[in-house]
Amino acid sequence: MSKPIIATASLAGCFGCHMSLLDIDDRILKLIELVEFHKSPVDDIKTFSKMCDVGLIEGGCCNTENVENLRRFRKNCKVLISVGECAIMGGLPALRNGIPVKDCLEEAYLKSPTVEEGQQLIPNDPELPLILDKVYPCHEVVKIDYFLPGCPPSADLIWNALTSLLEGKPLDLPYPQVKFD
Amino acid sequence: MGRKITIEPITRIEGHGKVTIHLDDAGKVSQSRFHIVEFRGFEKFIQGRPYWEAPVLVQRLCGICPVSHHLASAKAVDIIVGVGPDGLTATAEKMRRLMHYGQMFQSHALHFFHLVSPDLLFGADADPAIRNIIGVALKHKDLAVQGVLMRKFGQELIEVTAGKKIHGTGAIPGGINKNLSPEERDRFLKGPDPYNADHMVAWAQGALDFFKDYHSKNKAWIDGFADFPSNYLSLVRKDGALDFYHGPLRAVDAQGRKVLPDVDYRDYLDHIGEEVRSWSYMKFPYLKKLGKAEGWYRVGPLARLNTCDFVPTPLAQKEFETFKAYTKGKPNGMSLHSHWARLIELLHAGEVIRDLLKDKDLQGPNLVKKGTKTHNGVGLVEAPRGTLFHHYQVDDNDQITMANLIVSTTNNNEPMNRAVHWVADNVLAGQKEITEGMMNRVEIAIRAYDPCLSCATHALGTMPLEVTLVDDRGKDIDCRRR
Repeated sequence: MSKPIIATASLAGCFGCHMSLLDIDDRILKLIELVEFHKSPVDDIKTFSKMCDVGLIEGGCCNTENVENLRRFRKNCKVLISVGECAIMGGLPALRNGIPVKDCLEEAYLKSPTVEEGQQLIPNDPELPLILDKVYPCHEVVKIDYFLPGCPPSADLIWNALTSLLEGKPLDLPYPQVKFD
Repeated sequence: MGRKITIEPITRIEGHGKVTIHLDDAGKVSQSRFHIVEFRGFEKFIQGRPYWEAPVLVQRLCGICPVSHHLASAKAVDIIVGVGPDGLTATAEKMRRLMHYGQMFQSHALHFFHLVSPDLLFGADADPAIRNIIGVALKHKDLAVQGVLMRKFGQELIEVTAGKKIHGTGAIPGGINKNLSPEERDRFLKGPDPYNADHMVAWAQGALDFFKDYHSKNKAWIDGFADFPSNYLSLVRKDGALDFYHGPLRAVDAQGRKVLPDVDYRDYLDHIGEEVRSWSYMKFPYLKKLGKAEGWYRVGPLARLNTCDFVPTPLAQKEFETFKAYTKGKPNGMSLHSHWARLIELLHAGEVIRDLLKDKDLQGPNLVKKGTKTHNGVGLVEAPRGTLFHHYQVDDNDQITMANLIVSTTNNNEPMNRAVHWVADNVLAGQKEITEGMMNRVEIAIRAYDPCLSCATHALGTMPLEVTLVDDRGKDIDCRRR
């Protein structure tokens, strides 16, 4: 039997969940024997060329590119997991949800004390994806199968969840692993 | 007919980015840009939050170097509570230093072993499917194990000082919330091999020797790739030594002349300006004294070894002397020498950690100091990727009214664009067919700066690598995307 295939993505997150995945430390050597990694920021595979068994999503959706990427993951992954607070509920970036995007942009590019007075430019090039009106959790955009809480979820939590899933066992996540801060 | 090359997403860097390169009919580069395409709006949504939340809130810009943000923010808040920047107890400052050097150790190990070593071990043109840490683990297991354990060592130092490996809570306004118990200390100092400070220093030296050996066999590539002059900026210790946590701000030019002579970083607004360009959410900082066109500078390991006078630990100082001798004492502008500089810093961080662990002050009882509140605080540290500025203003209710952040990767914005342009000019221009290996070279140039685009997007945004060929009228002809 071929190995299960895993893909990962970081949308509007901070990469902390990916770092927490690396915090499984030497178990990573075991993991690469158990699974095959496909599209992920930790390797150089940039497009899907086959169906994946598990997709790990970090971060919510703050722009159109995040949405497209998430939909691509849903299409190419049998099981999709929201990893961490940002994917689950928008997380810290969602603190902007009560504020008009325009105000955020003006604060960063017009009112910053290091930006020269009188400079009146907000980045607007067509190469930049459109910013969404607010930050959306992943399950409001596509169907999500599992949720791993934490900011970030601990390495043990990610490890236990992944290995249970791969072995087809029920998730047994003890409270100290699920709670955080 | 012109062409546009797009590389997207850029991988094996931390975060999201995109490169577009425009080639005209003759195959010459008409434009190259490294875009940051995500925007998050931290400056705005942090307003109204109480200032003591800043060190735990703002670090969530970035899960790779949260400690840097945690500490830069805490240093700004120290000033707001009337303690900082020089008033911390010895225990508090040394605990924070241990946390910071632990992070420097883990981040530099991560960057070298997990992200860069595949390019060195397999070559820039290797099959992308094996060109990653997993490929390294399969082919060079010993090296991969070292990388993993060195990172673990740094992460666990962060855990015992900050409370958590990622997004900890250790630094609080005016101090720290715990000291280091002798049991915690001994795990790192006297752990069974290889998991102890002595062994980590030896492995760091080994990584450095590995790179120097590679360099001696690949001089043309390591020396010639994206070599260009610039200014360099970093914090230094008061006596000019390399320091990551505290000291005045210094900038030197390409000849090594001090263009910013050890100024107080709290006056950063007098010295640093930022330019906004339409095509990137990341701003372009510059030294006000030299102006927008000439004042751009580099930060990070290469810059730090160009600005400092010496390295205050013996093994790293010896390596620093070799490094300086290579350019006859002048600043080093070779992009791939960033890796060399980073490994010297890795060794230095290992030595500092080993010395610090033996310091009895870490078991001291005095953790926090109190002072008279002020309304304005600026904090600065050298993050793994370079100089990091945090600036907050608060009102009488202790709520934040203004936040300004200049993160390391933003400081390196212009240099990364220059490096991309160098590759476009020297590797892509005039080529009929753009190969995957050529595209990877664009990423290698960016990767040398170890950009953390999570940090850089604090302002709303993500990073893809896309090389698009466009004609002179801006019409897309061909697009290569990875």
